[in-house]
Amino acid sequence: MPDTPGAPAESGGRVQITREEVAHLADLARIDLDEAELDHLAPQLSVILESVASIKGVAGDDVPPTSHPVPLTNVFREDVVTPSLTPEQALSGAPESEQQRFAVPRILGDEQ
Amino acid sequence: MTAITCNTRVSAAEIAGALARGETSSVEVTRAHLHNIERHDGAVHAYLHVDAEGALAQAAAADERRANGAPASALDGVPIAVKDVLATSGLPTTCGSKILQGWVPPYDATVVARLKRAGLPILGKTNMDEFAMGSSTEHSAYGPTRNPWDLDRIPGGSGGGSAAAVASFQAPLALGTDTGGSIRQPGAVTGTVGMKPTYGGVSRYGLVAMANSLDQVGPVSRTVLDAALLHEVIGGHDPLDSTSIDQPVGKLADAARRGAEGDLSGVRVGVITELSGEGYQAGVLARFQESLDLLVEAGAEVVEVSCPSFVHALAAYYLVMPAEASSNLAKFDAMRYGLRVLPEGVENPSAEEVMRATRDAGFGDEVKRRIILGTYALSSGYYDAFYGQAQKVRTLIGRDFAAAFETADVLVSPTAPTTAFKLGEKLDDPIAMYLNDLATIPANLAGVPGISIPSGLADEDGLPAGFQVLAPALADDRCYRVGAALEAALERKWGGPLLDKAPGLDPSTGSGQVKLDQRNGDAR
Repeated sequence: MPDTPGAPAESGGRVQITREEVAHLADLARIDLDEAELDHLAPQLSVILESVASIKGVAGDDVPPTSHPVPLTNVFREDVVTPSLTPEQALSGAPESEQQRFAVPRILGDEQ
Repeated sequence: MTAITCNTRVSAAEIAGALARGETSSVEVTRAHLHNIERHDGAVHAYLHVDAEGALAQAAAADERRANGAPASALDGVPIAVKDVLATSGLPTTCGSKILQGWVPPYDATVVARLKRAGLPILGKTNMDEFAMGSSTEHSAYGPTRNPWDLDRIPGGSGGGSAAAVASFQAPLALGTDTGGSIRQPGAVTGTVGMKPTYGGVSRYGLVAMANSLDQVGPVSRTVLDAALLHEVIGGHDPLDSTSIDQPVGKLADAARRGAEGDLSGVRVGVITELSGEGYQAGVLARFQESLDLLVEAGAEVVEVSCPSFVHALAAYYLVMPAEASSNLAKFDAMRYGLRVLPEGVENPSAEEVMRATRDAGFGDEVKRRIILGTYALSSGYYDAFYGQAQKVRTLIGRDFAAAFETADVLVSPTAPTTAFKLGEKLDDPIAMYLNDLATIPANLAGVPGISIPSGLADEDGLPAGFQVLAPALADDRCYRVGAALEAALERKWGGPLLDKAPGLDPSTGSGQVKLDQRNGDAR
């Protein structure tokens, strides 16, 4: 779970999300938001958070969480080879490929 | 060309009957729908991509099977439209997003493979809110779909394209997906039928996930029987989906036929107190009450049930869904498929810089809102207060359903609180947009099935309203039985289907001839 520094800014039951927090969350989510987008999104996110904040304290500690609507059990299959995508098919949507591999930009920075 | 004269207003079941009797051919029926697309889709924009050639080839194969006395299924040769969130090998699959512009999947979703196996020619891919995030189809990167009842209004969302396609006779059937109401709410506002099956009842393999614990594929049609017939084709266990329920799909078409006979004696219908009243348009409530009276006339017993936790469903949904979406959409990273955008003014950018630039350029506003909201809800300081609490509320909603189904066989409500609103009216007001799914969301949180059928036109604006029937998990047949009974009673009252009252589309209102096969990716 990603870490967001600072406690939620609350005043009079209102949840506020600051422009800086939105910038930080966008950073965690790997989205470059420009200044105009931050101006636009921050107040909207505050309104949304305010409207979902009513959920706090609705369910007590005795209520178990539900992560899935139907009970899940692990599913196994027989360990047999089945047809799968060819390398050509797997690479068919790649922005760039080389020697039957996905070609990606450099992973490490200059300082690493 | 005889194709033009083929009646496209009849149901899929009637088309299947005519094909079985040799009165028409699949090629003829498919050509007639392609003709409707050519005439009307300039105005409606239900399709993102039309595959005339592929559909006609599949139709010819269906005709050959029928001629040999070996149809692949009851619906062999009946054409269908597929929501663009389902992977189709050889056909573009964009999810209404720029980030997948031009992507052609190398495989079929299980439901698509089942359509092909059953012989249904695929007419094309339908428009949707980007990654199914929205209630109006305005969040599509390729421009909105318009409601065939009034071209200035929204067709609902996220599956507005599929609903508008069947409502404007550009397809007799379509596939949709429903995460919080994306099949049922478009059904309600376009005067069509939409069914969200039990979670796990239809395979999600090849469905591009928004919120994987809520998403479900289901039928979009003009009649309840057609939805049941299509549900039987796509439903049932799939080993490729670990959440797929290992049980047979059941006799759903039989349930619909039985319902249409009109006897609901002994059926207990529960009206959910919390899904009525404030926030619901008067005309929507009037049509709801009228439908309820018809169910009583058919012999049903009406009881009032309270589901107190439903008032928190919307809040729980807008935490669970973005949390799952932010995780599911992390795969769009510009590395293996989809868009890759290089950041401006950066020499030799890193993979991470490319990822950030691509996700900024490729995702629209609503997708960004939800990813950021989900990232927030999953952050360490907020996890317990928001996401953890939402999961607990999900338990309470499940308990409310369980208690309600002790006293009622089905639960009912209006499908959507209002009729179709004007394009642009709620586009930049997320909360107003989210309220459209008030009545449909609880079913997704609990995994139970729900159907929306047309309940009539609201007096104040003459636009369609929907009636929702919810049933316990795996009792999808009850939705079809009660839905078909109500549909039959209403159509007797109206003297025909509700869509007969829709204003005809004037081809001259379109943006002219749209060249088939080349529409995908042309932002309009």
